[in-house]
Amino acid sequence: MNLLETVVDKLRKEFGEGVQPLEEFRGETKVNVDPSLIVPVCTFLHEDSDFSFNFLMALTCVDYWPQEPRFTVAYQLYSQKNNIILGLRAYLPGSDPGISTIESVYPNANWHEREVYDMFGITFEGHSDLRRILMPHDWEGHPQRKDYPLGYEEVQFSYNFDEIDQRKKYARE
Amino acid sequence: MSQQETELTLEELKHLVTNRAIEGDTMVLNMGPQHPSTHGVLRLLLELDGERIIRCIPDIGFLHTGIEKNMEAKSFEKVLVMTDRMDYMNNLGYNLAYCLAVEKLVDLDVPPRAQVVRVIMTELQRIASHLVFIGTHALDLAAISVFWYTFREREIILDVLEMCSGQRMMTSYFRPGGLWRDVPDEFEDAVREILRTFPKRIQQYEDLLTHNPLYMDRTKGIGVIPAEKALSWGVTGPPLRATGIPFDVRKMQPYSGYEQYDFDVPVGTNGDTYDRYIMRIEEMRQSLRIIEQGINNLPPGRFRSDNRKFVPPPRSELGHSMEAVIHHFKLWTEGFSAPKGDVYVPVESPRGVLGCFLVGDGGPNPYRVHFRTPSFANLQVLSKIAVGHLVADIVAIISSLDPVLGDVDR
Repeated sequence: MNLLETVVDKLRKEFGEGVQPLEEFRGETKVNVDPSLIVPVCTFLHEDSDFSFNFLMALTCVDYWPQEPRFTVAYQLYSQKNNIILGLRAYLPGSDPGISTIESVYPNANWHEREVYDMFGITFEGHSDLRRILMPHDWEGHPQRKDYPLGYEEVQFSYNFDEIDQRKKYARE
Repeated sequence: MSQQETELTLEELKHLVTNRAIEGDTMVLNMGPQHPSTHGVLRLLLELDGERIIRCIPDIGFLHTGIEKNMEAKSFEKVLVMTDRMDYMNNLGYNLAYCLAVEKLVDLDVPPRAQVVRVIMTELQRIASHLVFIGTHALDLAAISVFWYTFREREIILDVLEMCSGQRMMTSYFRPGGLWRDVPDEFEDAVREILRTFPKRIQQYEDLLTHNPLYMDRTKGIGVIPAEKALSWGVTGPPLRATGIPFDVRKMQPYSGYEQYDFDVPVGTNGDTYDRYIMRIEEMRQSLRIIEQGINNLPPGRFRSDNRKFVPPPRSELGHSMEAVIHHFKLWTEGFSAPKGDVYVPVESPRGVLGCFLVGDGGPNPYRVHFRTPSFANLQVLSKIAVGHLVADIVAIISSLDPVLGDVDR
């Protein structure tokens, strides 16, 4: 039994049904974590002296619109001691998605969570500074959601030039 | 909407500044985004007590171009071109991270020759990136001459990249399954010429900076990252190794055959700006070692996989093979499809851990691409290490983290 399987076993013993191992894909071990348990699970993985996952390597989100549960928040934890990567996945619903921040365990989650909030509109409860990070602070909508259009400049021809010009946004003032 | 409403107000940032700023006792100074020493369009809000920084609030996103969103609308082959545009100092490193992720997702083999060429090219790119770092870092501290030397050598490396890929910077040279084309005949001589001349050139930069008392005064003890906090703050790459932690993805999670190369991971002791500079100098020497081993053992053979479901057939086959025409047509009209699933591949970029998170949904476009970019993660630490220093020092600290703003904002 390799070390990652031990980690998953120990997680299952500790948290029971709240942690479900996901199917291994291309040799990556991933577990599905109940969103309400994300902070205890991260704290457990971080503090356990056998594993000590001390580095949050990546935090991002995938939007599976129009499926439910719509959002998957993906965490990649790295253990420097054992040189292993463990993926955590938390599924969130499409309406009012929210999950606790793991900033208290991994301080560098701060900006990563801000980015996910900015791009997907996921609220991280308890976050110290949940503002937009990449988009302008007064932007409306969350651009990386699948129902958010890519956006193109409409092509104007002579027959519809004025009509498009009317509804085009200019910096008029 | 009037201009007034679109500005960020102090009221919105009051949880990030001290009460003294609200009372008007200290000054909140705007630095950037158009500022010569912020290495692009980085904006900082500095709360100052006289010359001392009390709080530092980075404001990023001025170069956000929605690359990750755009990638979702393109086929796997076309996405590659956009990976160049993120970190314009490390184009090949991004090509590599993306190609490795695609190869992992679709389970595609890479022939040994392509792997060795990939290693040589990314190490050349690493040297070129560190040269820009040393030049601009010294420039920010008013040592202009170093800049001319480093850019002279960088041009020699970019010539090699152009020789192979046709482009100095936006290379798109690595493709899923191997390389765009084989290296030209002159490649080996050009690389050997770099290996011959370069150690002396590195010594020249060291003569200018390493024991320069003015430079040491400006950098020693400035912007110290404590070793025990570094990883939890998300710092990787040379800033992390400067604290003494020998964390290098090339050693820890080898890819592209890095486990076959003999090289050291230099580590520092103090984690300050000076040590970060020393790390880069040493890393250039190690990169030269890797390149030398690569060029001495460059195997002959194919330069890309012959799995025709993912890699286009050579042009010469199109004239007489029906299958080749079908594969060519299929790949250049629709592209190849990836299975459902997600992969995460970390590589070591000159700035730190570069991770590519790639999700496939069974179609010819990636469902989601996310790059865990080292500049973004490293820049976060700025608000923690700048506190207590003088305004003039923050210029040294920013450049020692070596952020590329295209990489931060994507």
